[in-house]
Amino acid sequence: MTDGLRLTVDGVGHAYGGLQVLRGISLTAEPGQVMVLVGPSGCGKSTLLGIMGGMLAPSEGMVRCAGDVPADCLNPLTYVFQDFSLLPWRTVAGNVALVLEDRLTRTDCSARVAEVLALTGLTDFAKAWPRQLSGGMRQRVGIARALAVHPACLLLDEPLSALDAQTRDLLLDEFSTLITQAGTTTIYVTHNLAEAVRLGHQIVVLSRRPGEVRDILRVDRPLAERTAADPDLVALEQRLWRMIRDDAAVAERERIDVEA
Amino acid sequence: MSRLDGPVPFRGGGFAPRDRAWAAVATLVGIVLLWQAGASAGLIPTLFLPAPISIARALWSLTVSGELWKNLSVSLMRLAVGWILGTVFGIALGLAVGLWSVMRSPGMAIVSALFPIPKIALVPLFIIWFGIGEGSKLATLAFGVFFPTVIATAGGVDNVPRGLIRMGQSFGLSHAAIIRKIVLPAALPAILSGFRVTVSIAIVLLVAAEMIGAERGIGAFVLSAGNLYDTDNLLAGIVVLSVLGLVVSWMIGRLERIFLKWRA
Repeated sequence: MTDGLRLTVDGVGHAYGGLQVLRGISLTAEPGQVMVLVGPSGCGKSTLLGIMGGMLAPSEGMVRCAGDVPADCLNPLTYVFQDFSLLPWRTVAGNVALVLEDRLTRTDCSARVAEVLALTGLTDFAKAWPRQLSGGMRQRVGIARALAVHPACLLLDEPLSALDAQTRDLLLDEFSTLITQAGTTTIYVTHNLAEAVRLGHQIVVLSRRPGEVRDILRVDRPLAERTAADPDLVALEQRLWRMIRDDAAVAERERIDVEA
Repeated sequence: MSRLDGPVPFRGGGFAPRDRAWAAVATLVGIVLLWQAGASAGLIPTLFLPAPISIARALWSLTVSGELWKNLSVSLMRLAVGWILGTVFGIALGLAVGLWSVMRSPGMAIVSALFPIPKIALVPLFIIWFGIGEGSKLATLAFGVFFPTVIATAGGVDNVPRGLIRMGQSFGLSHAAIIRKIVLPAALPAILSGFRVTVSIAIVLLVAAEMIGAERGIGAFVLSAGNLYDTDNLLAGIVVLSVLGLVVSWMIGRLERIFLKWRA
């Protein structure tokens, strides 16, 4: 268990060539809490996550991280990808071991792989190939791989968006439990508002492109006490939708124009 | 207006050809039987195209006398050494071209300029450079194998999903670890496909090089038999080359099954 890192985003802006996608973003992700980024398509959520995780250099501003990192943490800022990004030539256990092999002894590596496979309910699938797994199981492997490095901060880029609705609901419950147990700072990008209210301590609403912080909503209820049918959360979800609906409609029309 | 009444007709299926080993064997056996029948009936002049049974007899005779192995062993050694040399250097340059910008343009410029040159035309030059001995033959094979290997390897590296590389970077894997654990395995299917092409090229160049300047080897044997109008032995040599191609292709298939078992 760790208190996690504090990530401070200070005046971040970003442009792809002449296309400004983010402008003047300033945020603070608190240690051990979940920050959810929502907004219409193309508002720069994933770009912001990439900048926060050090995978993309911002055109303006900077991101700082501060906090104690536990001794057994192998990768403080750790991603979970929308498309799972599993190596098809490695088994489930091999995919998890990938990020441990050169850093731990063989015994410690095996022990940590076994630990996270048990945590994510994958023990019986350790020797399976990714192609043999459903989408939900593949994303479990992605989560197991991320947890195996004992991260101080998890960055999840629409981790459930490639899955069917039933699997999404099931995994959402598991995510909530795993995030609570791990106690890491978590940045979670989603376009699904139900996910946002189930997981977020802070819900950052971005405007349409160029993305700017439109509002930050705080949800104090502990993750363990949140349910899909909770009337307060349903009301919050509807409020969020009212905030982004017009932007989403405009963004969708812009997307059609660009594609045409 | 027309009226439909009855079960919905099935319109799916097809467009999924499957391998049938028995059909491959039956086709080859059928061709040989037809050939033998044509020769026995006098429809095929055996002076120019000997009957399969005569070729089989010649093969048996060459095997028993040890002549076949004397030539085949030399050819196999040349094939193995030349192919391995070309493959090792080809994979090395292919990886460099695929991975590093500083190598990409110069590497591809060299490949584009030299790949189209018919390698057989270079045999006399290689004889001048490396002598009439083994050096010129190995150089011919290695040179012929090198360029397609560079192209297959560089193409394989280019096609590695960028998302996997980003995943490796996001977990803080070193550059070397990303190459070893992500890039190389992901490029392996393309490299192995390249092997199928380069082995065939190597066999063609082996025979050409042995025909130009060798005392032993299947190429030299075929040339010698041709000079003597010994068509039985000439075709026996060609059959050996064909079998060699089949065996090598089978070995590459085994390699693919071992290294790419995850594809299934």
